Amino acid sequence: MNRIRTAPPRYWLVALTLVFFLGFPTVISSFLASEWTQALILAIAIMGLNILVGYSGQLSLGHGAFMALGAYVSAILAHRYKMDYLVTVPIAAVFTGGVGFLFGIPALRLSPLYLALATFALAVVTPSLIKRPAGLTGGVQGILVLQPDPPDFAREAFAFVTGTAMTSDQWIYYITLLLAVVLFWLAWNLVRHRPGRAMRAIRDGEVAAAASGVNVAGYKTLAFGISAFYGGTAGSLFALSTGFISPDTFPVSLSIQLLVGAVVGGLASIPGPLLGAIFAFFLPIGSNQWVPSQTWLPDQITSTVKNAGPAVSYGVVLILIMMFAPNGIVGLLRSGYVILNRRLRGASDPKTGQMPPDPQTV
Amino acid sequence: MGRKAPGFAAVAAFLLSVGACGGGITPTTQTDVGITSNSILLGTTNALSGAAAAYGTIANAENAYFTHVNNNQGGVNGRKITFKILDDGYNPAQTVPLTKQLVEQDQVFAMFSGLGTQTQTSVREYLNSKKVPQLFVATGATTWGKDFNSNQWTLSWQPPYQGEARIYAKDVLANHPNASIGVLYQNDDYGQDYLKGLTDGLGDKASTMIKDKESYDVTAANPFAQLTKLKGAGVDTVFLFSTPKPTIQSLAFITAGLHWEPTIYLNSVSNPQVYMGLAAKSGAALKNVTSVGYIKDPTDPQWAGDEGMKLYKQVIANCSTCNVNDGFNIYGVAVAYTMVDVIKQAGSNLTRANIMKIASSQLNESNPFLLPGIKVTTTSSDHFPIMQEQVITWAGTGWKLQGSLIDERGTIK
Amino acid sequence: MQEFLQLVVSGIATGGIFASLALALVLIYNAMGLVNFAQGEMAMLATFVAYSLVNRGMSFWIAFPVTLVLAFGGGIVIQRVVIKPAERAPVLTLVIITLGLATLVNGLAGFIWGYVPRSFPSPFSPDSVDLAGVFISYRDLGVIAVSGLVLLCVYLLLQHTTVGLTLRAAAHHPEASRLLGVQVSWMLALGWGLASAVGAVSGMMVAPILLLEPNMMQTIIIYAFAAAVLGGIESPLGAVVGGLIVGVTVNLAGSYIPGVGGDLQLAVGLGIIVAVLILRPNGLFGRAAVRRV
Repeated sequence: MNRIRTAPPRYWLVALTLVFFLGFPTVISSFLASEWTQALILAIAIMGLNILVGYSGQLSLGHGAFMALGAYVSAILAHRYKMDYLVTVPIAAVFTGGVGFLFGIPALRLSPLYLALATFALAVVTPSLIKRPAGLTGGVQGILVLQPDPPDFAREAFAFVTGTAMTSDQWIYYITLLLAVVLFWLAWNLVRHRPGRAMRAIRDGEVAAAASGVNVAGYKTLAFGISAFYGGTAGSLFALSTGFISPDTFPVSLSIQLLVGAVVGGLASIPGPLLGAIFAFFLPIGSNQWVPSQTWLPDQITSTVKNAGPAVSYGVVLILIMMFAPNGIVGLLRSGYVILNRRLRGASDPKTGQMPPDPQTV
Repeated sequence: MGRKAPGFAAVAAFLLSVGACGGGITPTTQTDVGITSNSILLGTTNALSGAAAAYGTIANAENAYFTHVNNNQGGVNGRKITFKILDDGYNPAQTVPLTKQLVEQDQVFAMFSGLGTQTQTSVREYLNSKKVPQLFVATGATTWGKDFNSNQWTLSWQPPYQGEARIYAKDVLANHPNASIGVLYQNDDYGQDYLKGLTDGLGDKASTMIKDKESYDVTAANPFAQLTKLKGAGVDTVFLFSTPKPTIQSLAFITAGLHWEPTIYLNSVSNPQVYMGLAAKSGAALKNVTSVGYIKDPTDPQWAGDEGMKLYKQVIANCSTCNVNDGFNIYGVAVAYTMVDVIKQAGSNLTRANIMKIASSQLNESNPFLLPGIKVTTTSSDHFPIMQEQVITWAGTGWKLQGSLIDERGTIK
Repeated sequence: MQEFLQLVVSGIATGGIFASLALALVLIYNAMGLVNFAQGEMAMLATFVAYSLVNRGMSFWIAFPVTLVLAFGGGIVIQRVVIKPAERAPVLTLVIITLGLATLVNGLAGFIWGYVPRSFPSPFSPDSVDLAGVFISYRDLGVIAVSGLVLLCVYLLLQHTTVGLTLRAAAHHPEASRLLGVQVSWMLALGWGLASAVGAVSGMMVAPILLLEPNMMQTIIIYAFAAAVLGGIESPLGAVVGGLIVGVTVNLAGSYIPGVGGDLQLAVGLGIIVAVLILRPNGLFGRAAVRRV
């Protein structure tokens, strides 16, 4: 009992989150499950970006390119070489991770701003690069990815709980959830141990880190490799969940969406990417649908919002969030928690509730 | 269609009166998801934001026509059409979840006029497996009509790009048999389809006549380098298979930037008079410019007294954000007209299967917004609804129709 | 040879467009160490304002300065309303705010003016000069000349006026400046106003060439970003030279490297630029960065 009471609140949060994500699809429709699948996929990609940007301090404006690579590796293996799709996921992840590692080597020589330009350029030209080897990638025709039927054990288990048959979308949701959990757990371990400490040391001061014996070049390229590994996994799952990929599936805006998710969620935190992904996925979809569907608002407002288009609402919400939560949602929650804690305990904490520079977990 | 309308109005009135009499007698109507006794729900995805947002107005224009039908004709057979428009930003990854939302959550009867080749390809498999009509997609790729047999729930509407390019090929062979051709094309399905149609249409002369092909990507600031290359290659006839903005830039650059006077062919997407006017203002000479048309241009004075154009202007007034002169809007109204026509013909058998059957094999419509004489037609063996177009040449202030309608039906297999 | 020269010249012409917007990026970077991704959209909005003024019967020569003043004021307002509340936030947060701003302004312009391209008046003729068979249009020359003029003004302002000195001091040493009584926050606002005005000049000069519509600057900002970074991001002269280099490189890469073709000209052009940056890590005009512990 005593142990339970003193257990840090973060374990409770993790357990609650897990239960929530496990049980969620049994009460929502198959369609909503497919939307949450995409949010989880973005969460994986954003976690990769978070390791690169948040922990190792290297900026990437082009992570969508790694997702594209992972997606195409999987789709081509499954489509042309008739491999089982789930087998292709780790292959795509490792391959993309390797490419990311190689990309990280010239990136070492680039100052942060040039790295931003290089990665941004990569994101901009990704669609035209995909179009070129049309024989391999299908060019603008794209590649159709067949979605797997759920296996018997999953089908039975799902039917036992909900009484309805499991759809492909729901099966893909659980595959994605499993990988997301594993990858988040790995990331959590990474940042708590030696590599994570080394990366943060580099982020906070390269020369000092080198002076303390950290292999700066090695860890920086490693961060790129790991980050691309996450991106490749996400891309591979992305192709599976949308069922079709083509050059326009990976526009610059995807890379921007990932960065927005990483910052909005909260950099250098473990729950940040999850929250950021939920935001980054649902805001563009919901920004133009929510207001017009509210019947209590005056017609003039709803029709103006509708006519103004989704870009306006998206822009406004994004700016507002960043103004009120400059350190991301996690930063906001954390300062809120600190304030609340102080109130509850009545202790006069001189600290301002500002986000500590480098928090590891919730 | 005009002839049939009174008949349907009578049927509609009858059904309405039956409904009004209060219930005891239920007509033996067959319906499907998305249909109630007084409504029909259609859905679409279009680019309302992002780089392709110029097309977004098409969906609003379609909605304007449905509003017109709802207000002036009491809907179709007594059912009012509700049209749900979602923004996919021209990104296939967005089209998939939004289409699933429309089908599974909003329970639409059919998807109508979704925009874009890659975006609509991304949901073709899904919609076909769910047996949801994917009607009159707004893209001229050949695959929609050509691969109908493997995707029987999908149909396009506008003339395929390849068919149009074949008309240019015919025109070149007839009027400029010794032309030395240079092609500027957008590096996507749109440009590539046009190029293929031109090459096929020229047949064995293609290899000798086409001297140079230059592609540009949508991320290019302008296609000036490509045009410089074409001029350098010594061609005397230029084909512009490009979207409106690069086309206007090209027309201006050819005259003002290169002091060059080739014969120019430009595709129908970019030929509305608004754009030609812009090109002229930017310095284009617009000599020897040929294109083809199938739809009436709202800014063309020759249609000022036309009944179809009057109807269009009345319809588009229902849309507060629509620019009446925008060629995309009359496209939207015209395709919505065909959709309403199909639903009318389905009558009391308003099922997804019947709608598809009528749209894909029983269409025979004279659409008031298309050039006179054009028939929107499908048969059990042909699934390209519009295959007639007419050559037009620029006459200083407007397009002039040349010759008669050219029918490319049956040439694309 | 003539074709080669023509490609170089039209590359320079297009590069002038990139340069004019890159100048605005450099100004903001000098003022607050931030790349403003909304710069292109703000320029587009200012151009639409000018368009509306001209459309209401105002002469172009009056509308031009009026728009500059409005853009200057607009830049300050944007800084006060949107940037200032997040002044102390991490740079990436500010970058995201500018991305949100870009989306917002783009959507707003589409809502107000629609997406049908419009022609924008230009003081220069669309025709071109014939230099022994190589052509360059007066409009392109105008863009380059005006960019040169703006460059001169920016240089004089930053290097030879007290305002410029204060501006740079506020950006580089905000705490020290504050102690000396400089209103740092207002200096940042001033920087935004100036950048916005410079962007407006860019928008009004390139709109006749690119056609005015909400997405006019969407691809240009990518090139302008590359140009500004290539020039060392802090140097106005670097931005202009960078712009011209980007324009020419992209044109030539698409035309003369075997197997590249127009569709990959941007990919290869940017690839070359990044390769150069790897070899010259401080850019063409940047100073060597000092590594501090």
